[in-house]
Amino acid sequence: MIDLSVSCGGLALANPVMPASGTFGLEQAGIFDFERLGAFVTKTITPDKRLGNPTPRVSEVPRGMLNSIGIPSKGADAFVRDVIPRFAQWRPPLVVSISANTPDAFADLARTVSVAGVAAIEINISCPNLEDDGKAFAMRPESTREIVRRLRDATALPLWAKLTPNAGDVGAVAQAAEEGGADALVVANTILAMSVDVDTRRPSLGNVMGGLSGPAVKPIILRMAYQCARAATIPVIGCGGIATAKDALEFLIVGCRAVQVGTASFIHPSALVDVIDDLEDHCRANGIARIEDVIGSLDLTQAERDMIGDAALEAHA
Amino acid sequence: MMMPMLDPDVVPPAAPARPVPGRPLEIEALVREHVCVNDEYRYLSLDLPDGVPHARPGQFYHLLCPGGDGLEPFFRRPMSVYRVEPERNRVGFLYKVTGTGTAAMARLWPGDGFNIFGPLGIGFTLPADTAPIVLLGRGVGLATMGPLVPFARENGHRVTAVLSARAPELLMSVEEMRIAGADVLTVTDSEGTSAVPHVEGLLEDLVAQGRCGALYVCGSSRLTRLAQSVAARHGLFGEVALEQQMACGVGVCFCCVRPFRENGETVHRRVCCEGPVFPLAEALA
Ligand SMILES: Cc1cc2nc3c(=O)[nH]c(=O)nc-3n(C[C@H](O)[C@H](O)[C@H](O)COP(=O)(O)OP(=O)(O)OC[C@H]3O[C@@H](n4cnc5c(N)ncnc54)[C@H](O)[C@@H]3O)c2cc1C
Ligand SMILES: Cc1cc2nc3c(=O)[nH]c(=O)nc-3n(C[C@H](O)[C@H](O)[C@H](O)COP(=O)(O)O)c2cc1C
Repeated sequence: MIDLSVSCGGLALANPVMPASGTFGLEQAGIFDFERLGAFVTKTITPDKRLGNPTPRVSEVPRGMLNSIGIPSKGADAFVRDVIPRFAQWRPPLVVSISANTPDAFADLARTVSVAGVAAIEINISCPNLEDDGKAFAMRPESTREIVRRLRDATALPLWAKLTPNAGDVGAVAQAAEEGGADALVVANTILAMSVDVDTRRPSLGNVMGGLSGPAVKPIILRMAYQCARAATIPVIGCGGIATAKDALEFLIVGCRAVQVGTASFIHPSALVDVIDDLEDHCRANGIARIEDVIGSLDLTQAERDMIGDAALEAHA
Repeated sequence: MMMPMLDPDVVPPAAPARPVPGRPLEIEALVREHVCVNDEYRYLSLDLPDGVPHARPGQFYHLLCPGGDGLEPFFRRPMSVYRVEPERNRVGFLYKVTGTGTAAMARLWPGDGFNIFGPLGIGFTLPADTAPIVLLGRGVGLATMGPLVPFARENGHRVTAVLSARAPELLMSVEEMRIAGADVLTVTDSEGTSAVPHVEGLLEDLVAQGRCGALYVCGSSRLTRLAQSVAARHGLFGEVALEQQMACGVGVCFCCVRPFRENGETVHRRVCCEGPVFPLAEALA
């Protein structure tokens, strides 16, 4: 028996694989076995009902996709009443993703979803803060520390801070989230991007710009996950372009304690379960008894350590 | 080509029936037949593995078009079933090459594997009381309408199909629909018969003759608006099949929404799982 279990961000997970917010929902029940997942992570909800962005909301690029869904939301009350109870029939812990445009509304929402059946709260702080010129909370360390602190006071549940790769110094934002009281970091959300149809000269998305995800982002997000794992002492959950067990292993090796799979499920509907099966096969084939033994096992020479160490220090000077 | 035989258990006669979607599966199918139907459209049929669920008319599959040689489609492509043959474990698609994914699909040869995911979405509903129905389709919309003909005929509905195209040589399915038991009327741009006032006249005549108790439309927002006004005028049951760019195909990503009117409010519905077939009156075409 291979032991795939990990402890991560205040939760004990049967395995380190879970869906990425916005790519998973009850609609997939019966398409793959929900009992197999390490955890459930729901689509970000906002306090109030929202329609979301104009169409087209999606467009493909080489080895990836752009999306500008916005956050269509039925509102927090409908979510607490109708959605949360339905996850009680499965064993994996439920992580609820929330977002809001002001610190007060964010804190209220954290309280609203702190109900029985919710194991942890993922805070999507990649959204604009209307009290800070619309800059996303996670763009800067100070605003990150403040909002996490605010939410820390609002709920007793474990808090996972989901960072944006659009920040200049993600390592510093990671440290700030830890100082604010986060229990784990999710690295990361989508990369702000755009594409243009050269015949019509129109942007391919109704929202003009959108978020890049899928295999194309993996090397960038892997680098950031590595930086965050070095900068912070709380667990890092890798998220960006993971489609196979090998991809997941890369993130675990650089120090992530768990991974999230998003876009890959749109191509292969059972991608999450396939990643779990193939992780187990990899461990068996390589004589690895516990997945814990893989975490943070990046093999560096002393010379590489010195070089990377200096670079990391420079980044946080 | 043979028209499909559809599951006989789909519809209790005289009751509005909503086909129950089968549980979708990712399937490794085998290309059986791949032919040009005319200059623009191709027909691809697949052999399915034993024991997989079969699609209802109006449902679709999400196709993983194979990459290579500079064509690298990333997403799956949604495609309505044109033929469903459960007893032979086959499914067929009628499609037009419009871009990367369909160009990649066009390179498939008989015997090649083809990864498909489905069946997905909600298909067509038949009206109560074996009311006669009229289908209105243009372009690729005809593909979506195809399996509705035998489905309705097997359930006792008289079917009239009004097929629209740019030119007569681009009309498809005329013979197949006739063989399946539909009365077929054709209108084309080149003959000057496809303009809205003329099609409206045809529909009004069909209503007057008692041949139009329900209207189904696909493939043109102009025809959808026309069908909406005719249906509203005469209080007819109606459905429209819609398209939208799609990612997941199962309702989780909210990419493929379209606007609808519901109790005086504009709401978004997902084409992949709340459609692709919707109540005609509610679509904002
Ligand atoms: C439910 C449904 C059923 C369909 N049934 C058929 C059918 O039976 N026969 C047929 O020929 N076509 C059908 N279409 C349209 C078909 O999906 C598009 O023609 C196809 O996706 C084009 O892909 P492409 O890569 O060749 O074009 P590209 O322009 O390169 O595609 C780029 C992106 O846009 C998407 N896209 C482009 N056009 C459409 C469209 N009209 N609808 C949705 N997404 C689109 C593609 O999927 C892809 O993600 C259907 C669409 C839907 C939503
Ligand atoms: C269609 C879509 C919707 C998303 N919605 C959300 C969301 O609501 N909240 C969030 O934090 N991230 C959202 N994301 C980002 C993903 O959770 C994930 O961070 C990103 O896609 C990178 O992972 P991937 O490459 O595995 O998809 C969304 C991504 C996609 C593609």
